[in-house]
Amino acid sequence: MATTSLHKRESELANSKRQLEILSNGIFQSGDLPKFSEKIAETNQFPLKAKTLEVLQINVGYMCNQVCQHCHVDAGPDRKEIMTKETMLQCLEVIKKTGAHTLDLTGGAPEMNPNFRWFVDEASKVGIKDFIVRSNLTIIKANKRFADLPEFFKSHNVHVVSSMPHWTRGKTDKQRGSGVFNQSIEALKELNAIGYGMPDSNLRLDLVYNPSGAFLPSSQTSLERDFKKALLEDFNIQFHNLFAITNLPISRFLDYLIASDNYEDYMYSLVEAYNPAAVKNVMCTNTLSVSWDGYLYDCDFNQMLELPVNSAVKHISDYNEDLLFNRDIVISQHCYGCTAGAGSSCQGSVA
Amino acid sequence: MQKTYYDPADLKKFGKISDWNEELGKKFFDYYGKVFEEGALSEREKSLIALAVAHTIQCPYCIDAYTGDGLQRGITKEEMMEALHVAAAIRGGASLVHGVQMMNKVNKLEM
Repeated sequence: MATTSLHKRESELANSKRQLEILSNGIFQSGDLPKFSEKIAETNQFPLKAKTLEVLQINVGYMCNQVCQHCHVDAGPDRKEIMTKETMLQCLEVIKKTGAHTLDLTGGAPEMNPNFRWFVDEASKVGIKDFIVRSNLTIIKANKRFADLPEFFKSHNVHVVSSMPHWTRGKTDKQRGSGVFNQSIEALKELNAIGYGMPDSNLRLDLVYNPSGAFLPSSQTSLERDFKKALLEDFNIQFHNLFAITNLPISRFLDYLIASDNYEDYMYSLVEAYNPAAVKNVMCTNTLSVSWDGYLYDCDFNQMLELPVNSAVKHISDYNEDLLFNRDIVISQHCYGCTAGAGSSCQGSVA
Repeated sequence: MQKTYYDPADLKKFGKISDWNEELGKKFFDYYGKVFEEGALSEREKSLIALAVAHTIQCPYCIDAYTGDGLQRGITKEEMMEALHVAAAIRGGASLVHGVQMMNKVNKLEM
């Protein structure tokens, strides 16, 4: 398993333009499969339009303590893109005036940004309804300076959303790296111990499931039931909800699909599972993604593909919610990942 | 005629059997869909049964379909292999249990 990012390895897939070429050539160029724009046009859903903003997602940097095989961010310890305090101050100005009910901090491991705690402290004062931090769990065990994160989250009433690809060690470590399962279990126990994820607790703890390979997730409800049963029986661990998220064919997951000769079959399965009902609620229609350097994107995936918002407003410093409203969403074939089956978003299924 | 009897791409065309007899095709797929719905058995248990049966009848399409289905449901490879051994045990047992018939015959004929 690779321990460096595609960027560090200078892989051609570190280049977003190359990824977009792959996603537009081959089976999509030959017409074997319809382009995403053609598919959504069949049900008069082209162009996709941004609705009222509900979720402001801020990526505070691509540095991470893990190098997961499927990571769409190509995150890792070798990534140096980190949001500065200056950009965070600009974000805070926006958080104060946004109509969004959810603030969602992601990365990389957001906790590795040196100004992370200050930012959470300031952002939590605004009183946004749902304040999410996407924590990979192992960060809590990675270094002593992160050991008090559960208490820090609790004191700011942060909603913790954490990745957990399977309830067994083998599948988890294969996707996320050796030792990740045991550390994640320990971290979950610590979160449970202070009230996170417990029934009737206001301290929200949700888990994210990504398939560990070239297949789609099945029903979120049944996966949640299986996860809950196994984690409770085997480890006495509890959590609130499971979000089943489809792996999108970009970055390291695209690299894996091509290297394992699964790319075409995977694209076929995404297109076959296309669900027009999921298009109505895709997250790009109610979400805005802010990159580490303050630029605006329709989603975190478009951020990684360097496809900025189609609007006069491009940067957090020029933020204007009215101008961003009703913009045309920027799409490519990776978007099939969010419309397959029950749909997929950072909050799980959408249909 | 294609060069091999089985083409993985044909699995995707399964639904086309209805083209030549819509009524029976529809009845079959309605029945098929209903069989795999959650009932007294979970969808997960049914998927494992399907995988074991697929190996018993040695249907490459079914093996392809239910291996993928199992992975999607979070079924582990250990669970899949155990299900296959159940199929293999029944299949092997089915041969061996007929040994009783052989023994009966031998006992009848031999002095």
